[in-house]
Amino acid sequence: MPLSRLSSPFLSGTNRVTLQMLQLLLALVPAVIAIVYFFGPSVLITMSLAIVVALLAEALMLKLRDRPLKPFLTDGSAIVTAALLAIALPPLAPWWLVVIGVLFAIIFAKHLYGGLGYNPFNPAMIAYVVLLISFPLEMTTWLPVTTLSEHPLDFSSAFQVIFTGQPGGSLTIDALSGATPLDAMKTQIGLLQIPSDIVNQPLFGLFGGKGWEWINILFGIGGLYLIYRRVISWHIPVAMMIGLTIISSITWILSPETTGSPLFHLLSGGTMLGAFFIATDPITAATTIKGRLVFGAGVGLLTYIIRIWGGYPDGIAFAVILMNMLVPLIDYYTQPKVYGAK
Amino acid sequence: MISAILAISLMALFFGLLLGYASIRFKVEGDPIADQIDKLLPQTQCGQCSFAGCRPYAEAIAAGEAGINRCPPGGETTIQALADLLEMDVVPLDDECGIEKPKTLAVIVEDRCIGCTLCIQACPVDAILGAAKQMHTVIADECTGCELCVPPCPVDCIDMVETKPNPNTWRWPDPDHIDLKLGGDND
Amino acid sequence: MTDNLASFPGGLVLDGQKKRSTQTPIRQTPLAKKLILPLQQHIGEASEPIVKVGDKVLKGQKIARAEGHVSVYLHAPSSGTITAIDEQPIPHPSGLSALCITLETDGEDRWIERQQVDDFTRLSQHEIRQIIREAGIVGLGGAGFPSYIKLNPGVHHHVETLILNGVECEPYITCDDMLMRERSEGILDGIEIMIYALRTKNCIIAIEDNKPEAIAAIELELPKRPKLKNTKVVAIPTRYPAGSEKQLIEVLTGKQVPSGGLTVDLGIVCHNIGTSYAIGRAIKHGEPLISRIVTVTGTDVKHAGNFETLFGTPMDELLAFCETKRHPGEPFILGGPMMGYNLSGDHLPVTKTANCILVGVDNAAPITKPLPCIRCGDCASVCPVGLLPQQLYWHARAKDLEKTQQYNLFDCIECGCCSYVCPSKIPLVHYFRFAKTETMNQQQETLKADNARIRHENRLERQTLEKTEKEQRQRQRKAALAATKAAKEKEKMLEQQHTDNQEN
Repeated sequence: MPLSRLSSPFLSGTNRVTLQMLQLLLALVPAVIAIVYFFGPSVLITMSLAIVVALLAEALMLKLRDRPLKPFLTDGSAIVTAALLAIALPPLAPWWLVVIGVLFAIIFAKHLYGGLGYNPFNPAMIAYVVLLISFPLEMTTWLPVTTLSEHPLDFSSAFQVIFTGQPGGSLTIDALSGATPLDAMKTQIGLLQIPSDIVNQPLFGLFGGKGWEWINILFGIGGLYLIYRRVISWHIPVAMMIGLTIISSITWILSPETTGSPLFHLLSGGTMLGAFFIATDPITAATTIKGRLVFGAGVGLLTYIIRIWGGYPDGIAFAVILMNMLVPLIDYYTQPKVYGAK
Repeated sequence: MISAILAISLMALFFGLLLGYASIRFKVEGDPIADQIDKLLPQTQCGQCSFAGCRPYAEAIAAGEAGINRCPPGGETTIQALADLLEMDVVPLDDECGIEKPKTLAVIVEDRCIGCTLCIQACPVDAILGAAKQMHTVIADECTGCELCVPPCPVDCIDMVETKPNPNTWRWPDPDHIDLKLGGDND
Repeated sequence: MTDNLASFPGGLVLDGQKKRSTQTPIRQTPLAKKLILPLQQHIGEASEPIVKVGDKVLKGQKIARAEGHVSVYLHAPSSGTITAIDEQPIPHPSGLSALCITLETDGEDRWIERQQVDDFTRLSQHEIRQIIREAGIVGLGGAGFPSYIKLNPGVHHHVETLILNGVECEPYITCDDMLMRERSEGILDGIEIMIYALRTKNCIIAIEDNKPEAIAAIELELPKRPKLKNTKVVAIPTRYPAGSEKQLIEVLTGKQVPSGGLTVDLGIVCHNIGTSYAIGRAIKHGEPLISRIVTVTGTDVKHAGNFETLFGTPMDELLAFCETKRHPGEPFILGGPMMGYNLSGDHLPVTKTANCILVGVDNAAPITKPLPCIRCGDCASVCPVGLLPQQLYWHARAKDLEKTQQYNLFDCIECGCCSYVCPSKIPLVHYFRFAKTETMNQQQETLKADNARIRHENRLERQTLEKTEKEQRQRQRKAALAATKAAKEKEKMLEQQHTDNQEN
């Protein structure tokens, strides 16, 4: 038995970075199936494109930085970043949007900071924000859920939309697209409509946006799997949901005519994706137990603040990045008590 | 136009005064720089830097009269530490002063010692014990390995012996300097 | 029995692998031709040889005496001739050598006269401690701290409870387990003596609940001892590192030993099961500590088991006795797989703290370069001390030793839980050991440099003082000379005047 580790311990658990990343991808599967069901197969095309570009960009950067390819290409982190970004992008996002986003995530947000483990900000969210600010039109053109659409998107037309910008036939993008429920809620509250009326529109479902609520629930189930497999700890998701629930309950009780219900906020937009898959990214989140609670609650509060009072319909990406900045401070002030300390 | 210039100037004046006041009010009473430099030197007192001991060398560095690369006993570590302190670039050791050698201790070969006390007078840290016509001996714990006692000895009875690592002073090697093949987390 | 047990944070449930070495009873290791006895087998000052090369010694004869307070005696493990007192490789992670006494055995194994004490209560506590010191007994759990000191709480402390540590939480090791199964009587003999020496009443024998045979053996023997009516066996949940002294105290009492303090501050003294057996032998049978039970186990060992082995026996002879797949020169582990040392020398002797020799483990830590830290925090969640290994690692790598101390580096017990769970396979404990020895070394060097500076400054001061004194003396002499001269001149002048006057 070769034994050249100089120092104990000479045993090692089965946990591996690659294993964690694979489980994370596995946990995304149910929600992705739901996305395909509600918004057509375009997410699969986007995701494949994103993963290919991500791996190429990763390989290129590793070469340029004179790092070995094999361990870092197989760690799965680039694939996870690409998959998360692809899920966050609108289904009709053109190919170049995906490519720019992924390149920015891998090259700027990850490797220029030192690669795996050294990036202070979540690469997928940095890319999302860059795209949102640079290409607001493309980033907010969503599809209505398939059941509401007169022209549900099939595979070939999705392919055409992404790569040519035209769905084919006599259709136009405008005919296909529609607002997201969060968007609609925000615009219509702006037009002085009452939330309880707004949610009776066909765009909305039982608790949140139609389709969105199920996607969110499935993200939540995937997240529970990750907690069960100990890939993530429960602290950040729970704290984030509590933070979001508390502030949305307060404003909902105070002025029900201008805000959506807490349940609407929990099950709309990217709440569950953010809570279980994005805010929990270990590299960029707080690492102490108390710190994770603070971090999660902060993401929840900021998400809501940006949704209601900010200029963008969803605030997960901004909230996560803002809280990423605070991580060193949070970690410093939430150190656990050391054995025997007074 | 005029009012803008005036406003900016006034602000500049105000903040300038504020900063000036703050620098006096919150002045950090630090060690004088020579003291800080002296603390980083190994205190061998060997004089290889061409100064009469570590303190004079520290003062010379502080005055800008000597480079930070004149201390062979401190070697690279000391140059690094001085460069960090003084925010200067790391430079290689000046080989005019000597080369970095492993730590040594002076040992007096007792059979040959004639008790001349010349080494006692040469030792900068009073680490040699003895009296005229009596055999001398080195207090190993106090010896800095400066070699100043070697040339004065008329019978050449002082050896510089390399200090051997022993299990009690042994240090774990830096894991970053252990050569491992990069293979990632599989196999 | 499981009354109100507390728990410590973190820790791991590990695959014990204990059955490998508990299938056969304790066996005797054959007498080696040559015994190599390092003079320092304990924490503290090395012992001082009291024999010369060529001396004939008997089994149990003192061959080195304690040097200073924190030190113990060393004995010849068998009869024979002293053939060398020189530097020999010792079982230490550095692979360095240290002063050893080499004894060539004569095969007769003839004992020196032994003084047996039937009723130890006739002896004073002080006398008992002296016997234990002269019997060379140190903590046999691994640290090797002289036991007689830990039996002397001093006048300012009252010992409420004696804890006997039979936890043995490291995987693979079974020497305490087998000792408890087979020699519970001897262990209880020792406990009676320790209770008397500490002037305490209560005693807890803590055993991990994965050793039901050991628990049963002790519980069978316990009711026969009227002196031990306040002694109880407590089965504690199997979780590594429950056998670490501070963690064990937390499990049993819910209290933490204050940082920088001692267990006796809580009124608790902890001893290892093996130590109590050795104390029983020393007092009741007059036998000094010359052997111990060593577990030889691992995936590459054919006849794993426990072996009563004389100190100084070369480990490769013991390994050959057990038949292993190891080739000469290949590394093996001394101690457990979580906290042991990687050794590779061949003629390294068995010492007082050598509890286990391990050749080959399942799930061995990879030797490839680790991936970067992904800050998952798993290490922090398993740390039994509540440290943040990921932050310590960061600062240790940057050689920012001051920061590592702010993150309480020196509270790390090097249990290895963090390295074990790390998904990037970073050898965290190695970084911490590196940072610890580096810090201690720097402190030592600063101390030495400060000392040299002070001595140099004193010398300069003395030299200037001598110079000024010399000058002053010269000046004084000159002044005196001048004064006498002046006086003479004055006298002359007066004389002149006188004569002048007379002439006038």
